[in-house]
Amino acid sequence: MSARKRPGGVSPLWQIRTAIDPRHYWVLALCGLVAPLLGWSLASSLDGVDKVFLPGPADVLTRMWTWASEDGLPADVAISTWRVVAGWALSAAIALPLGLFIGSYRSVQALLEPLTDFIRYMPAVAFIPLVMLWVGIEEGSKIAIIFIGTFFQMVLMVAEDVRRVPLAQIEAAQTMGASRGEILERVIVPSAKPALLDTLRVTMGWAWTYLVVAELVAANSGLGYAVLKAQRFLQTDKIFAGILLIGLIGLVIDQGFRLAHRKAFPYLAGRH
Amino acid sequence: MTASIQIRDAFKTFGHGPRAIQALDKASLDIRPNEFVTFVGASGCGKSTLLRMIGGLESLTSGSITVNGQPIAGPGVDRAMVFQHYSLYPWLTVADNIRFCRQLKAHTRDRTSADVEKASGRADALIRLMGLSHVAHAYPNQLSGGMQQRVAIARALMSRPPILLMDEPFGALDAQTREVMHDLIRHVHRIEGSTIVFVTHDVEEAIYLGQRIVLMAPRPGRIDTLYDVPLPAERHQDMKLAPEFLALKRQILDRIRETSGMKTDLEQLARLSAEAAELEA
Ligand SMILES: Nc1ncnc2c1ncn2[C@@H]1O[C@H](COP(=O)(O)OP(=O)(O)OP(=O)(O)O)[C@@H](O)[C@H]1O
Ligand SMILES: [Mg+2]
Repeated sequence: MSARKRPGGVSPLWQIRTAIDPRHYWVLALCGLVAPLLGWSLASSLDGVDKVFLPGPADVLTRMWTWASEDGLPADVAISTWRVVAGWALSAAIALPLGLFIGSYRSVQALLEPLTDFIRYMPAVAFIPLVMLWVGIEEGSKIAIIFIGTFFQMVLMVAEDVRRVPLAQIEAAQTMGASRGEILERVIVPSAKPALLDTLRVTMGWAWTYLVVAELVAANSGLGYAVLKAQRFLQTDKIFAGILLIGLIGLVIDQGFRLAHRKAFPYLAGRH
Repeated sequence: MTASIQIRDAFKTFGHGPRAIQALDKASLDIRPNEFVTFVGASGCGKSTLLRMIGGLESLTSGSITVNGQPIAGPGVDRAMVFQHYSLYPWLTVADNIRFCRQLKAHTRDRTSADVEKASGRADALIRLMGLSHVAHAYPNQLSGGMQQRVAIARALMSRPPILLMDEPFGALDAQTREVMHDLIRHVHRIEGSTIVFVTHDVEEAIYLGQRIVLMAPRPGRIDTLYDVPLPAERHQDMKLAPEFLALKRQILDRIRETSGMKTDLEQLARLSAEAAELEA
Protein backbone atom coordinates (compact mmCIF):
# COMPACT_ATOMS: atom_id res chain seq x y z
CA MET A 1 0.00 0.00 0.00
CA SER A 2 1.39 3.37 -0.88
CA ALA A 3 1.64 5.85 1.93
CA ARG A 4 -0.71 8.81 1.95
CA LYS A 5 1.00 11.90 0.71
CA ARG A 6 0.74 15.33 2.15
CA PRO A 7 0.59 18.40 -0.05
CA GLY A 8 4.03 18.90 -1.47
CA GLY A 9 4.32 15.26 -2.45
CA VAL A 10 6.70 14.15 0.31
CA SER A 11 5.91 10.73 1.77
CA PRO A 12 5.18 10.65 5.54
CA LEU A 13 8.36 8.63 5.98
CA TRP A 14 10.30 11.84 5.41
CA GLN A 15 7.96 14.33 7.07
CA ILE A 16 9.38 15.78 10.25
CA ARG A 17 7.61 14.35 13.33
CA THR A 18 4.84 12.74 11.34
CA ALA A 19 3.33 9.41 12.37
CA ILE A 20 3.99 6.57 9.92
CA ASP A 21 2.04 3.44 9.08
CA PRO A 22 2.62 0.84 11.88
CA ARG A 23 3.51 -1.76 9.25
CA HIS A 24 6.22 0.51 7.89
CA TYR A 25 7.45 1.00 11.42
CA TRP A 26 7.85 -2.73 12.03
CA VAL A 27 9.47 -3.37 8.67
CA LEU A 28 12.04 -0.61 9.32
CA ALA A 29 12.66 -1.79 12.88
CA LEU A 30 13.24 -5.33 11.65
CA CYS A 31 15.64 -4.09 8.96
CA GLY A 32 17.54 -2.14 11.58
CA LEU A 33 18.02 -5.32 13.59
CA VAL A 34 18.55 -7.85 10.81
CA ALA A 35 20.98 -5.83 8.69
CA PRO A 36 23.78 -5.72 11.29
CA LEU A 37 23.23 -9.42 12.00
CA LEU A 38 23.66 -10.22 8.29
CA GLY A 39 26.69 -7.96 8.11
CA TRP A 40 28.19 -9.71 11.10
CA SER A 41 27.63 -13.20 9.76
CA LEU A 42 28.98 -12.17 6.36
CA ALA A 43 32.09 -10.58 7.83
CA SER A 44 32.82 -13.58 10.03
CA SER A 45 32.47 -16.05 7.15
CA LEU A 46 34.99 -14.23 4.96
CA ASP A 47 38.16 -16.16 4.18
CA GLY A 48 41.03 -15.26 6.39
CA VAL A 49 38.92 -14.09 9.31
CA ASP A 50 40.02 -15.98 12.39
CA LYS A 51 37.24 -17.26 14.69
CA VAL A 52 39.22 -15.98 17.65
CA PHE A 53 39.12 -12.54 16.09
CA LEU A 54 35.47 -12.56 15.02
CA PRO A 55 33.21 -15.53 15.73
CA GLY A 56 30.02 -15.85 13.69
CA PRO A 57 26.45 -15.74 15.05
CA ALA A 58 26.24 -19.54 14.92
CA ASP A 59 29.40 -19.92 17.03
CA VAL A 60 28.02 -17.52 19.60
CA LEU A 61 24.69 -19.34 19.74
CA THR A 62 26.43 -22.68 20.17
CA ARG A 63 28.52 -21.23 22.96
CA MET A 64 25.42 -19.86 24.65
CA TRP A 65 23.92 -23.32 24.50
CA THR A 66 26.91 -25.08 26.05
CA TRP A 67 27.21 -22.30 28.63
CA ALA A 68 23.59 -22.83 29.56
CA SER A 69 23.73 -26.63 29.64
CA GLU A 70 27.17 -27.29 31.15
CA ASP A 71 28.68 -24.09 32.40
CA GLY A 72 26.13 -22.67 34.83
CA LEU A 73 24.65 -19.82 32.78
CA PRO A 74 21.39 -19.67 34.79
CA ALA A 75 23.37 -19.23 38.00
CA ASP A 76 25.49 -16.49 36.37
CA VAL A 77 22.38 -14.68 35.18
CA ALA A 78 20.75 -15.00 38.60
CA ILE A 79 23.71 -13.66 40.59
CA SER A 80 24.34 -10.79 38.15
CA THR A 81 20.69 -9.78 38.14
CA TRP A 82 20.68 -9.86 41.93
CA ARG A 83 23.75 -7.61 42.11
CA VAL A 84 22.38 -5.11 39.64
CA VAL A 85 18.93 -4.99 41.19
CA ALA A 86 20.30 -4.77 44.74
CA GLY A 87 22.70 -1.93 43.91
CA TRP A 88 20.05 -0.09 41.96
CA ALA A 89 17.34 -0.60 44.60
CA LEU A 90 19.68 0.65 47.31
CA SER A 91 20.34 3.75 45.18
CA ALA A 92 16.64 4.29 44.63
CA ALA A 93 15.79 3.84 48.32
CA ILE A 94 18.08 6.73 49.22
CA ALA A 95 17.89 8.83 46.05
CA LEU A 96 14.10 9.08 45.92
CA PRO A 97 13.56 10.73 49.33
CA LEU A 98 16.77 12.75 49.05
CA GLY A 99 15.93 13.99 45.55
CA LEU A 100 12.42 14.84 46.70
CA PHE A 101 13.83 17.13 49.38
CA ILE A 102 16.51 18.64 47.12
CA GLY A 103 13.85 19.38 44.52
CA SER A 104 11.37 20.80 47.03
CA TYR A 105 13.52 22.86 49.37
CA ARG A 106 16.06 25.36 48.08
CA SER A 107 17.98 25.07 51.35
CA VAL A 108 18.50 21.31 50.94
CA GLN A 109 19.40 21.93 47.31
CA ALA A 110 22.08 24.46 48.30
CA LEU A 111 23.45 22.07 50.89
CA LEU A 112 23.63 18.89 48.81
CA GLU A 113 23.43 19.55 45.09
CA PRO A 114 26.88 21.04 44.44
CA LEU A 115 28.53 18.13 46.24
CA THR A 116 26.47 15.54 44.37
CA ASP A 117 27.20 17.28 41.11
CA PHE A 118 30.89 17.08 41.88
CA ILE A 119 30.95 13.42 42.90
CA ARG A 120 28.98 12.21 39.90
CA TYR A 121 31.86 13.13 37.62
CA MET A 122 34.23 10.88 39.53
CA PRO A 123 34.66 7.59 37.64
CA ALA A 124 33.05 4.64 39.44
CA VAL A 125 35.90 2.35 38.37
CA ALA A 126 38.37 4.47 40.27
CA PHE A 127 36.50 3.72 43.47
CA ILE A 128 37.25 0.00 43.25
CA PRO A 129 40.37 0.06 45.47
CA LEU A 130 38.55 2.14 48.06
CA VAL A 131 35.52 -0.13 47.98
CA MET A 132 37.78 -3.17 48.47
CA LEU A 133 39.44 -1.43 51.37
CA TRP A 134 36.23 -0.32 53.06
CA VAL A 135 33.63 -2.91 52.08
CA GLY A 136 35.89 -5.90 51.49
CA ILE A 137 35.71 -8.29 48.55
CA GLU A 138 32.46 -10.02 49.42
CA GLU A 139 29.09 -9.58 47.68
CA GLY A 140 28.74 -6.14 49.26
CA SER A 141 31.57 -4.69 47.21
CA LYS A 142 29.91 -5.51 43.87
CA ILE A 143 26.68 -3.96 45.02
CA ALA A 144 28.62 -0.94 46.29
CA ILE A 145 30.20 -0.34 42.87
CA ILE A 146 26.83 -0.43 41.15
CA PHE A 147 25.49 1.87 43.84
CA ILE A 148 28.31 4.38 43.31
CA GLY A 149 27.78 4.23 39.55
CA THR A 150 24.07 5.03 39.72
CA PHE A 151 23.30 6.84 42.96
CA PHE A 152 24.68 10.33 42.32
CA GLN A 153 23.13 10.62 38.87
CA MET A 154 19.86 9.30 40.22
CA VAL A 155 19.63 11.88 43.01
CA LEU A 156 20.09 14.73 40.54
CA MET A 157 17.55 13.29 38.11
CA VAL A 158 14.97 12.78 40.86
CA ALA A 159 15.51 16.35 42.07
CA GLU A 160 15.01 17.60 38.51
CA ASP A 161 11.81 15.54 38.11
CA VAL A 162 10.49 17.09 41.30
CA ARG A 163 11.41 20.60 40.20
CA ARG A 164 9.48 20.08 36.97
CA VAL A 165 6.17 19.82 38.84
CA PRO A 166 4.27 22.92 37.61
CA LEU A 167 4.30 25.68 40.21
CA ALA A 168 0.59 26.34 39.52
CA GLN A 169 -0.24 22.82 40.79
CA ILE A 170 1.58 23.55 44.04
CA GLU A 171 0.15 27.05 44.44
CA ALA A 172 -3.38 25.81 43.77
CA ALA A 173 -2.97 23.38 46.67
CA GLN A 174 -1.62 26.17 48.88
CA THR A 175 -4.64 28.34 48.19
CA MET A 176 -6.85 25.37 49.13
CA GLY A 177 -5.14 25.28 52.52
CA ALA A 178 -2.75 22.35 52.01
CA SER A 179 0.09 22.04 54.52
CA ARG A 180 3.66 21.46 53.34
CA GLY A 181 3.38 17.75 54.13
CA GLU A 182 0.16 17.51 52.19
CA ILE A 183 1.71 19.30 49.21
CA LEU A 184 4.60 16.82 49.14
CA GLU A 185 2.30 13.82 49.55
CA ARG A 186 -0.72 14.82 47.50
CA VAL A 187 0.73 17.06 44.79
CA ILE A 188 4.48 16.78 44.26
CA VAL A 189 4.83 13.01 44.54
CA PRO A 190 1.82 12.04 42.40
CA SER A 191 2.65 14.76 39.87
CA ALA A 192 6.27 13.64 39.51
CA LYS A 193 5.52 9.89 39.55
CA PRO A 194 5.57 9.27 35.78
CA ALA A 195 8.89 11.10 35.43
CA LEU A 196 10.26 9.25 38.45
CA LEU A 197 9.41 5.88 36.96
CA ASP A 198 11.24 6.94 33.80
CA THR A 199 14.24 7.94 35.88
CA LEU A 200 14.19 4.53 37.58
CA ARG A 201 14.08 2.86 34.16
CA VAL A 202 17.00 4.85 32.78
CA THR A 203 19.14 4.35 35.87
CA MET A 204 18.40 0.62 35.81
CA GLY A 205 19.99 0.62 32.36
CA TRP A 206 23.07 2.35 33.74
CA ALA A 207 23.26 -0.13 36.62
CA TRP A 208 23.59 -2.94 34.02
CA THR A 209 26.42 -1.13 32.28
CA TYR A 210 28.31 -1.09 35.59
CA LEU A 211 27.97 -4.86 36.02
CA VAL A 212 31.25 -5.78 34.33
CA VAL A 213 33.06 -3.13 36.32
CA ALA A 214 31.53 -4.43 39.55
CA GLU A 215 32.51 -8.00 38.79
CA LEU A 216 36.11 -6.90 38.31
CA VAL A 217 36.31 -7.14 42.09
CA ALA A 218 37.23 -10.66 43.18
CA ALA A 219 34.17 -12.22 41.63
CA ASN A 220 33.92 -15.91 40.72
CA SER A 221 30.44 -15.85 39.25
CA GLY A 222 28.20 -13.68 37.15
CA LEU A 223 27.93 -12.58 33.53
CA GLY A 224 30.49 -9.80 33.84
CA TYR A 225 32.96 -12.18 35.46
CA ALA A 226 32.34 -14.73 32.70
CA VAL A 227 33.16 -12.10 30.07
CA LEU A 228 36.36 -11.13 31.89
CA LYS A 229 37.42 -14.75 32.25
CA ALA A 230 36.62 -15.51 28.63
CA GLN A 231 38.89 -12.63 27.69
CA ARG A 232 41.76 -14.24 29.56
CA PHE A 233 41.25 -17.54 27.69
CA LEU A 234 40.59 -15.80 24.35
CA GLN A 235 37.11 -17.34 24.15
CA THR A 236 35.86 -14.60 21.90
CA ASP A 237 32.56 -16.34 21.28
CA LYS A 238 31.83 -16.32 25.01
CA ILE A 239 32.66 -12.62 25.23
CA PHE A 240 30.10 -12.03 22.50
CA ALA A 241 27.57 -14.27 24.23
CA GLY A 242 28.04 -12.50 27.57
CA ILE A 243 27.72 -9.01 26.11
CA LEU A 244 24.62 -9.99 24.11
CA LEU A 245 23.00 -11.55 27.17
CA ILE A 246 23.62 -8.48 29.29
CA GLY A 247 22.08 -6.35 26.55
CA LEU A 248 19.14 -8.70 26.21
CA ILE A 249 18.32 -8.78 29.93
CA GLY A 250 18.60 -4.99 30.04
CA LEU A 251 16.21 -4.70 27.11
CA VAL A 252 13.66 -7.04 28.72
CA ILE A 253 13.73 -5.08 31.98
CA ASP A 254 13.44 -1.80 30.10
CA GLN A 255 10.36 -3.04 28.25
CA GLY A 256 8.91 -4.18 31.58
CA PHE A 257 9.30 -0.66 32.94
CA ARG A 258 7.65 0.81 29.85
CA LEU A 259 4.72 -1.55 30.22
CA ALA A 260 4.38 -0.68 33.91
CA HIS A 261 4.44 3.00 32.94
CA ARG A 262 1.54 2.56 30.52
CA LYS A 263 -0.45 0.54 33.05
CA ALA A 264 0.23 2.82 36.01
CA PHE A 265 -0.50 6.14 34.31
CA PRO A 266 -3.48 5.65 32.00
CA TYR A 267 -4.25 9.36 32.24
CA LEU A 268 -1.20 10.16 30.11
CA ALA A 269 -2.55 8.21 27.14
CA GLY A 270 -3.07 10.25 24.00
CA ARG A 271 -1.30 13.32 25.29
CA HIS A 272 1.17 15.30 23.21
CA MET B 1 -20.16 34.15 52.69
CA THR B 2 -18.28 37.22 51.67
CA ALA B 3 -15.40 39.42 52.72
CA SER B 4 -13.83 42.82 52.18
CA ILE B 5 -10.21 43.47 51.25
CA GLN B 6 -8.14 46.46 52.33
CA ILE B 7 -4.94 47.22 50.48
CA ARG B 8 -2.74 49.91 52.08
CA ASP B 9 0.43 51.23 50.43
CA ALA B 10 1.24 47.79 49.06
CA PHE B 11 4.81 48.01 47.80
CA LYS B 12 6.78 45.28 46.12
CA THR B 13 10.29 44.93 44.76
CA PHE B 14 11.76 41.71 43.40
CA GLY B 15 15.43 41.04 44.04
CA HIS B 16 18.00 43.14 45.86
CA GLY B 17 20.48 45.90 45.18
CA PRO B 18 20.95 47.61 41.85
CA ARG B 19 19.16 44.84 39.96
CA ALA B 20 15.98 45.05 42.03
CA ILE B 21 12.76 45.38 40.03
CA GLN B 22 10.06 47.59 41.44
CA ALA B 23 6.89 45.70 40.58
CA LEU B 24 4.35 47.73 42.53
CA ASP B 25 4.48 51.23 43.94
CA LYS B 26 2.37 51.90 47.04
CA ALA B 27 -1.01 50.72 45.84
CA SER B 28 -4.06 51.37 48.01
CA LEU B 29 -7.54 50.06 47.35
CA ASP B 30 -10.65 49.00 49.24
CA ILE B 31 -12.71 46.15 47.88
CA ARG B 32 -16.21 45.82 49.30
CA PRO B 33 -17.89 42.57 50.33
CA ASN B 34 -19.39 40.77 47.33
CA GLU B 35 -17.83 43.24 44.92
CA PHE B 36 -16.70 42.14 41.47
CA VAL B 37 -13.50 44.09 40.70
CA THR B 38 -11.51 43.71 37.50
CA PHE B 39 -7.87 44.75 37.04
CA VAL B 40 -6.69 45.86 33.60
CA GLY B 41 -3.50 47.47 32.39
CA ALA B 42 -0.50 47.11 30.12
CA SER B 43 1.74 44.07 30.46
CA GLY B 44 4.11 44.27 33.41
CA CYS B 45 2.12 46.81 35.44
CA GLY B 46 1.92 44.48 38.43
CA LYS B 47 -1.60 43.05 38.11
CA SER B 48 -0.53 39.49 38.80
CA THR B 49 1.81 40.62 41.55
CA LEU B 50 -0.97 42.46 43.39
CA LEU B 51 -3.39 39.55 42.96
CA ARG B 52 -0.80 37.06 44.20
CA MET B 53 -0.12 39.28 47.20
CA ILE B 54 -3.82 39.20 48.08
CA GLY B 55 -3.68 35.43 47.66
CA GLY B 56 -0.70 35.25 50.02
CA LEU B 57 1.51 33.67 47.36
CA GLU B 58 3.80 36.71 47.27
CA SER B 59 4.99 38.70 50.28
CA LEU B 60 4.80 42.50 50.54
CA THR B 61 8.01 44.51 50.69
CA SER B 62 6.09 47.09 52.70
CA GLY B 63 2.48 48.13 53.31
CA SER B 64 -0.34 45.84 54.31
CA ILE B 65 -3.24 43.83 52.98
CA THR B 66 -6.05 42.80 55.30
CA VAL B 67 -9.16 40.69 54.79
CA ASN B 68 -12.08 41.74 56.99
CA GLY B 69 -9.51 43.70 58.96
CA GLN B 70 -7.28 40.66 59.56
CA PRO B 71 -3.75 40.90 58.12
CA ILE B 72 -3.09 38.04 55.73
CA ALA B 73 -0.27 35.63 56.49
CA GLY B 74 0.31 33.38 53.52
CA PRO B 75 -2.30 31.55 51.44
CA GLY B 76 -5.53 30.56 53.15
CA VAL B 77 -8.78 28.74 52.52
CA ASP B 78 -10.68 32.05 52.57
CA ARG B 79 -9.01 33.13 49.31
CA ALA B 80 -9.32 30.66 46.43
CA MET B 81 -7.32 31.23 43.27
CA VAL B 82 -7.92 30.28 39.64
CA PHE B 83 -4.79 30.27 37.48
CA GLN B 84 -4.46 30.71 33.73
CA HIS B 85 -3.38 27.09 33.21
CA TYR B 86 -1.45 24.01 34.36
CA SER B 87 -3.05 24.02 37.77
CA LEU B 88 -5.28 20.93 37.46
CA TYR B 89 -4.06 17.56 38.70
CA PRO B 90 -3.77 15.34 35.63
CA TRP B 91 -3.76 12.10 37.65
CA LEU B 92 -7.19 12.82 39.16
CA THR B 93 -10.51 12.66 37.36
CA VAL B 94 -12.56 15.82 36.96
CA ALA B 95 -14.72 14.90 39.96
CA ASP B 96 -11.68 14.12 42.12
CA ASN B 97 -10.00 17.37 41.11
CA ILE B 98 -13.08 19.25 42.27
CA ARG B 99 -13.19 17.30 45.53
CA PHE B 100 -9.43 17.69 46.11
CA CYS B 101 -9.76 20.06 49.08
CA ARG B 102 -11.90 17.52 50.94
CA GLN B 103 -8.78 15.41 51.58
CA LEU B 104 -6.90 18.25 53.21
CA LYS B 105 -6.71 18.61 56.98
CA ALA B 106 -7.75 22.26 56.75
CA HIS B 107 -11.15 21.09 55.54
CA THR B 108 -11.61 17.90 57.54
CA ARG B 109 -11.23 19.31 61.04
CA ASP B 110 -14.39 19.08 63.16
CA ARG B 111 -16.16 17.32 60.37
CA THR B 112 -19.46 15.58 61.05
CA SER B 113 -21.15 13.08 58.77
CA ALA B 114 -23.73 15.73 57.91
CA ASP B 115 -20.90 17.96 56.65
CA VAL B 116 -19.55 15.15 54.51
CA GLU B 117 -22.94 14.66 52.96
CA LYS B 118 -23.34 18.36 52.34
CA ALA B 119 -19.91 18.47 50.70
CA SER B 120 -20.58 15.61 48.31
CA GLY B 121 -23.85 17.31 47.43
CA ARG B 122 -21.91 20.48 46.71
CA ALA B 123 -19.43 18.70 44.47
CA ASP B 124 -22.31 17.26 42.46
CA ALA B 125 -24.02 20.65 42.31
CA LEU B 126 -20.82 22.32 41.05
CA ILE B 127 -20.32 19.62 38.43
CA ARG B 128 -23.84 20.26 37.18
CA LEU B 129 -23.54 24.05 37.42
CA MET B 130 -20.35 24.02 35.36
CA GLY B 131 -21.83 21.65 32.77
CA LEU B 132 -19.31 18.93 33.56
CA SER B 133 -21.67 16.00 34.22
CA HIS B 134 -20.74 14.11 31.07
CA VAL B 135 -16.99 14.38 31.75
CA ALA B 136 -17.00 13.93 35.54
CA HIS B 137 -14.97 10.72 35.24
CA ALA B 138 -12.64 11.88 32.47
CA TYR B 139 -9.07 13.05 33.08
CA PRO B 140 -8.23 16.75 32.60
CA ASN B 141 -6.08 16.27 29.51
CA GLN B 142 -8.96 14.63 27.70
CA LEU B 143 -10.78 17.97 28.00
CA SER B 144 -10.66 21.14 25.91
CA GLY B 145 -9.12 24.28 27.41
CA GLY B 146 -12.54 25.78 28.17
CA MET B 147 -13.70 22.65 29.98
CA GLN B 148 -10.44 22.54 31.95
CA GLN B 149 -11.03 26.09 33.19
CA ARG B 150 -14.53 25.13 34.28
CA VAL B 151 -12.97 22.37 36.39
CA ALA B 152 -10.46 24.83 37.86
CA ILE B 153 -13.27 27.23 38.80
CA ALA B 154 -15.42 24.46 40.29
CA ARG B 155 -12.43 23.27 42.33
CA ALA B 156 -11.80 26.78 43.63
CA LEU B 157 -15.48 27.18 44.58
CA MET B 158 -15.70 23.82 46.33
CA SER B 159 -14.83 25.12 49.78
CA ARG B 160 -17.17 28.15 49.49
CA PRO B 161 -14.35 30.70 49.58
CA PRO B 162 -15.45 34.23 50.54
CA ILE B 163 -12.88 35.59 48.06
CA LEU B 164 -12.17 34.32 44.56
CA LEU B 165 -8.97 35.52 42.86
CA MET B 166 -8.65 34.95 39.12
CA ASP B 167 -5.55 35.69 37.02
CA GLU B 168 -6.47 35.80 33.33
CA PRO B 169 -8.47 32.59 33.71
CA PHE B 170 -9.91 32.83 30.20
CA GLY B 171 -6.78 34.19 28.51
CA ALA B 172 -6.25 31.05 26.45
CA LEU B 173 -9.87 30.52 25.38
CA ASP B 174 -11.55 31.41 22.10
CA ALA B 175 -14.09 34.24 21.95
CA GLN B 176 -17.22 32.05 21.99
CA THR B 177 -16.10 29.96 24.94
CA ARG B 178 -15.17 33.14 26.76
CA GLU B 179 -18.68 34.56 26.41
CA VAL B 180 -20.14 31.40 27.92
CA MET B 181 -17.62 31.56 30.76
CA HIS B 182 -18.40 35.22 31.39
CA ASP B 183 -22.07 34.56 31.98
CA LEU B 184 -21.19 31.54 34.08
CA ILE B 185 -18.84 33.47 36.35
CA ARG B 186 -21.36 36.29 36.77
CA HIS B 187 -23.95 33.71 37.76
CA VAL B 188 -21.52 32.25 40.30
CA HIS B 189 -20.87 35.73 41.68
CA ARG B 190 -24.58 36.29 42.17
CA ILE B 191 -25.49 32.98 43.80
CA GLU B 192 -22.33 32.43 45.86
CA GLY B 193 -22.00 35.98 47.13
CA SER B 194 -18.22 35.81 46.93
CA THR B 195 -15.97 38.81 46.43
CA ILE B 196 -14.21 38.41 43.08
CA VAL B 197 -10.95 40.00 41.97
CA PHE B 198 -10.36 39.31 38.30
CA VAL B 199 -7.22 40.17 36.29
CA THR B 200 -7.43 40.45 32.51
CA HIS B 201 -5.81 41.95 29.43
CA ASP B 202 -9.14 42.30 27.73
CA VAL B 203 -10.92 45.62 28.38
CA GLU B 204 -14.26 44.35 27.08
CA GLU B 205 -14.07 41.41 29.46
CA ALA B 206 -13.18 43.76 32.31
CA ILE B 207 -16.21 45.98 31.68
CA TYR B 208 -18.69 43.17 31.07
CA LEU B 209 -17.73 41.35 34.27
CA GLY B 210 -16.80 44.09 36.70
CA GLN B 211 -18.73 46.46 38.90
CA ARG B 212 -15.56 48.46 39.22
CA ILE B 213 -12.45 48.56 37.06
CA VAL B 214 -8.98 49.19 38.42
CA LEU B 215 -6.66 50.46 35.73
CA MET B 216 -3.00 49.88 36.49
CA ALA B 217 0.01 51.52 34.83
CA PRO B 218 3.58 50.26 34.44
CA ARG B 219 7.05 51.59 35.31
CA PRO B 220 6.63 51.55 38.22
CA GLY B 221 3.53 49.36 38.54
CA ARG B 222 0.78 51.37 40.20
CA ILE B 223 -2.96 51.90 40.42
CA ASP B 224 -3.80 54.65 37.94
CA THR B 225 -7.57 55.16 37.67
CA LEU B 226 -10.75 53.59 39.08
CA TYR B 227 -13.87 53.36 36.91
CA ASP B 228 -17.40 52.51 38.03
CA VAL B 229 -19.14 50.44 35.39
CA PRO B 230 -22.42 52.15 34.46
CA LEU B 231 -24.25 48.90 33.70
CA PRO B 232 -27.08 47.23 35.66
CA ALA B 233 -26.29 44.25 37.89
CA GLU B 234 -28.07 41.92 35.48
CA ARG B 235 -26.02 41.78 32.25
CA HIS B 236 -26.32 40.24 28.85
CA GLN B 237 -24.14 40.11 25.76
CA ASP B 238 -26.08 42.83 23.88
CA MET B 239 -24.87 45.39 26.40
CA LYS B 240 -21.43 45.20 24.79
CA LEU B 241 -22.89 47.36 22.01
CA ALA B 242 -24.55 49.89 24.33
CA PRO B 243 -23.22 53.47 23.98
CA GLU B 244 -22.13 53.70 27.63
CA PHE B 245 -20.27 50.40 27.29
CA LEU B 246 -18.44 51.56 24.16
CA ALA B 247 -17.69 54.98 25.65
CA LEU B 248 -16.11 53.41 28.73
CA LYS B 249 -14.19 50.97 26.57
CA ARG B 250 -12.72 53.81 24.51
CA GLN B 251 -11.88 55.80 27.62
CA ILE B 252 -10.04 52.86 29.20
CA LEU B 253 -8.23 51.86 26.01
CA ASP B 254 -7.03 55.45 25.55
CA ARG B 255 -5.77 55.58 29.10
CA ILE B 256 -3.94 52.25 28.76
CA ARG B 257 -2.29 53.54 25.60
CA GLU B 258 -1.26 56.75 27.32
CA THR B 259 0.22 54.97 30.33
CA SER B 260 1.87 52.05 28.57
CA GLY B 261 4.34 54.32 26.77
CA MET B 262 4.19 51.96 23.82
CA LYS B 263 2.75 53.05 20.53
CA THR B 264 3.22 52.02 16.97
CA ASP B 265 5.07 54.79 15.17
CA LEU B 266 3.25 54.73 11.85
CA GLU B 267 5.46 57.37 10.26
CA GLN B 268 8.57 55.40 11.15
CA LEU B 269 7.04 52.26 9.66
CA ALA B 270 6.12 54.11 6.46
CA ARG B 271 9.66 55.45 6.14
CA LEU B 272 11.16 51.98 6.63
CA SER B 273 8.98 50.37 3.98
CA ALA B 274 9.71 53.22 1.56
CA GLU B 275 13.44 52.63 2.06
CA ALA B 276 12.98 48.91 1.51
CA ALA B 277 11.07 49.60 -1.72
CA GLU B 278 13.86 51.89 -2.93
CA LEU B 279 16.48 49.24 -2.28
CA GLU B 280 14.56 46.71 -4.33
CA ALA B 281 14.07 49.08 -7.24
N1 LIG C 1 9.11 36.47 40.47
C1 LIG C 1 9.54 37.62 39.92
N2 LIG C 1 10.83 37.95 39.92
C2 LIG C 1 11.28 39.10 39.39
N3 LIG C 1 10.49 40.00 38.79
C3 LIG C 1 9.18 39.73 38.73
C4 LIG C 1 8.63 38.53 39.28
N4 LIG C 1 7.30 38.53 39.07
C5 LIG C 1 7.02 39.69 38.42
N5 LIG C 1 8.15 40.42 38.22
C6 LIG C 1 8.22 41.73 37.58
O1 LIG C 1 7.28 42.58 38.18
C7 LIG C 1 6.62 43.37 37.22
C8 LIG C 1 5.14 43.16 37.30
O2 LIG C 1 4.85 41.84 36.90
P1 LIG C 1 3.39 41.23 36.85
O3 LIG C 1 3.53 39.80 36.46
O4 LIG C 1 2.70 41.51 38.13
O5 LIG C 1 2.73 42.05 35.68
P2 LIG C 1 1.32 41.86 34.99
O6 LIG C 1 0.63 43.15 35.06
O7 LIG C 1 0.62 40.68 35.56
O8 LIG C 1 1.74 41.59 33.51
P3 LIG C 1 1.03 40.64 32.43
O9 LIG C 1 -0.15 41.39 31.96
O10 LIG C 1 2.07 40.49 31.36
O11 LIG C 1 0.68 39.34 33.10
C9 LIG C 1 7.22 43.02 35.88
O12 LIG C 1 8.19 43.95 35.56
C10 LIG C 1 7.84 41.67 36.11
O13 LIG C 1 8.96 41.49 35.30
MG1 LIG D 1 0.05 38.72 34.83
